[in-house]
Amino acid sequence: MKRIVEKKTRQGANPPKFAAHPTVPHDEAKDLLLLQFVEHLRQNRMQLCEEWIEHIAQAELLTGMSKEETFTEATSVYDNYVEALESGSVEALQAYARTLCERVIPRGGETHEVVEIVLLLRDTLARSLLRKYQNDFKVFNIVLDAYEPAANRIANAVAVSFVQQQEEAIRRLSTPVLQVRERLLILPIIGVLDTRRARQLTEQLLRGIRDKRAKVVVVDITGVPTIDSKVANHLVQTVEASRLMGASVIITGMSSEIAQTLVTLGVDLSKVNAVGDLQGGIEEAERLLGYEVLRDPPCAGTEGHTGEKYASTHS
Amino acid sequence: MADESRINIRNPAEIVTARQQGRILAVQLGFDGSELTVIATAISEIARNILEHAKDGEVVISRCNHRKRYGICVVARDFGPGIADIDQAMQYGYSTHKGLGIGLPGTKLLMDEFHIMSVVGQGTTVTMKKWRH
Amino acid sequence: MQVPILKQGNYLIASVQSALSDDDLRLLRDDLSDRVGRFRSTGVIIDVTALDVIDSFATRTLQSVAQMLKLRGAYTVIVGIRPDVAFVMVQLGLTLADVGAALDLEEALEHLNNRRRRNLYEHRAKDTGEAGRLGRAGSSPNRPGLSPSRANRRADREGQPRSGHASPRSMEHGR
Ligand SMILES: Nc1ncnc2c1ncn2[C@@H]1O[C@H](COP(=O)(O)OP(=O)(O)OP(=O)(O)O)[C@@H](O)[C@H]1O
Ligand SMILES: [Mg+2]
Repeated sequence: MKRIVEKKTRQGANPPKFAAHPTVPHDEAKDLLLLQFVEHLRQNRMQLCEEWIEHIAQAELLTGMSKEETFTEATSVYDNYVEALESGSVEALQAYARTLCERVIPRGGETHEVVEIVLLLRDTLARSLLRKYQNDFKVFNIVLDAYEPAANRIANAVAVSFVQQQEEAIRRLSTPVLQVRERLLILPIIGVLDTRRARQLTEQLLRGIRDKRAKVVVVDITGVPTIDSKVANHLVQTVEASRLMGASVIITGMSSEIAQTLVTLGVDLSKVNAVGDLQGGIEEAERLLGYEVLRDPPCAGTEGHTGEKYASTHS
Repeated sequence: MADESRINIRNPAEIVTARQQGRILAVQLGFDGSELTVIATAISEIARNILEHAKDGEVVISRCNHRKRYGICVVARDFGPGIADIDQAMQYGYSTHKGLGIGLPGTKLLMDEFHIMSVVGQGTTVTMKKWRH
Repeated sequence: MQVPILKQGNYLIASVQSALSDDDLRLLRDDLSDRVGRFRSTGVIIDVTALDVIDSFATRTLQSVAQMLKLRGAYTVIVGIRPDVAFVMVQLGLTLADVGAALDLEEALEHLNNRRRRNLYEHRAKDTGEAGRLGRAGSSPNRPGLSPSRANRRADREGQPRSGHASPRSMEHGR
């Protein structure tokens, strides 16, 4: 409880600045509403935390932690999250993501759970948003426009820093297929692949595509030191098999040596969508996910269905 | 648990029977995941070749052992026209029947061991194995 | 064994129930081609969820069905290729060229709808001299080719609510 009081005074003392999405024109009304929502999140902190924890339990996440531990960690994650939402700065997000991994993992949390609980929090807050503005869909839409990209940037930042920092953990993970958001999976490959492990990775990825209904997959090979023709062909096979299931694959973190090797080996790279780094890959994935939506017909949607629309949104 | 099944291949339904039998034995031997589909697909390709190129024949599926290893063994036999140039038949994309020409070379890639023997005018025998790792 | 074919709007949906013989496939092909002509369908979805093996024969026939339907003016999307089946297909070297692929019926319908819109849009873009490419959603408030009312709305959202995803609860991602 003490925390809330602190927060309030702090906020009263220096009004938060807003960082809008760089490509979206600055929009005062939107920012104001987002601020209002942030305030709402602070006021309903306890209740929303509990709701979120309930979802965490339902999803059988963080089972290695005691109830009290989960609660303590969850509330502090919650506060950080709201702050990141408010400031929106990338550095703050990355710092947040780092501490998040540091906090949860020593307490028995599995590494991939970090990304998943952040997604659950994002959805819990989105539901609260819907409840708060259910009588005014116009406002709901505006706040959602501000909230959703911000929330997704947080999830992405967590995923990226997770992959960058948890090499060792990922190596030990049995299923390193991470869901960053609906329809988007990340498969970080670390270390040298033998045929058996490569086969398992592909099987897990393809099942992940089906189970999570993924449309885009980012395969990050930053952690792969060298590649031979077997593994190279395997990569290409993974790309093609994903396509047969209706998903596109983006390969990130391909060093120039590996690219050179692939060319020398004569691997057909025409079907491979390669992007420099993981962050860029996730952005490209978002573009792909948003791309088709751009082609909506020029008929206006029915405003009354906003709630349903959010429920089925891509991102 | 029967360690061997023998399936006549005379029509498309029997191809399905053959690959189902293969899957059942593979499960019993402890194969899992995509390996089961690998085995079923390999049987399907070879049985399909019997039907398409030799009209009828048989597929025998059994457990095989070699030193400490064990696995599944598939033998496909027919008394059809045989293959004149096996090297050519094993090439990707080569087909005498407007097929994709993927059956033989693809199946060889799927399995751990693959052997084909053919005598023109007498018939063809394909023997292939997949080991449990 | 006959393959049931359903008509849904502009599209046809064929659900393959079990392994097909040459005769079944010939029937399916003729049946689809006949109906594509009759209903002027622009898209055909072939659901292969029930197939536990897709070998080179099945691939070749699916591909030839798709090629023939293309000549009749319909685009084909294959849905429901299982993970293991997809993996084995690529190991064999089978890729289903020129055929669309989608995870399930819902995705396939969306895929076909998007294709149609894209075609419409590209037509219009040609007419108005606009470039056919668009930037990231939301980067400009008024995108060419979209009516202002639509463009001002959220661009990151899909046009239609999906079945089975109607309540806010479904925002929890499936697990
Ligand atoms: N059992 C057989 N008897 C006689 N000829 C065969 C037999 N199996 C294969 N062949 C010959 O070998 C060629 C290559 O076989 P393969 O299975 O690779 O391709 P395919 O059957 O023609 O096409 P696909 O398998 O891609 O549908 C065949 O076209 C045929 O001429
Ligand atoms: Mg063949």
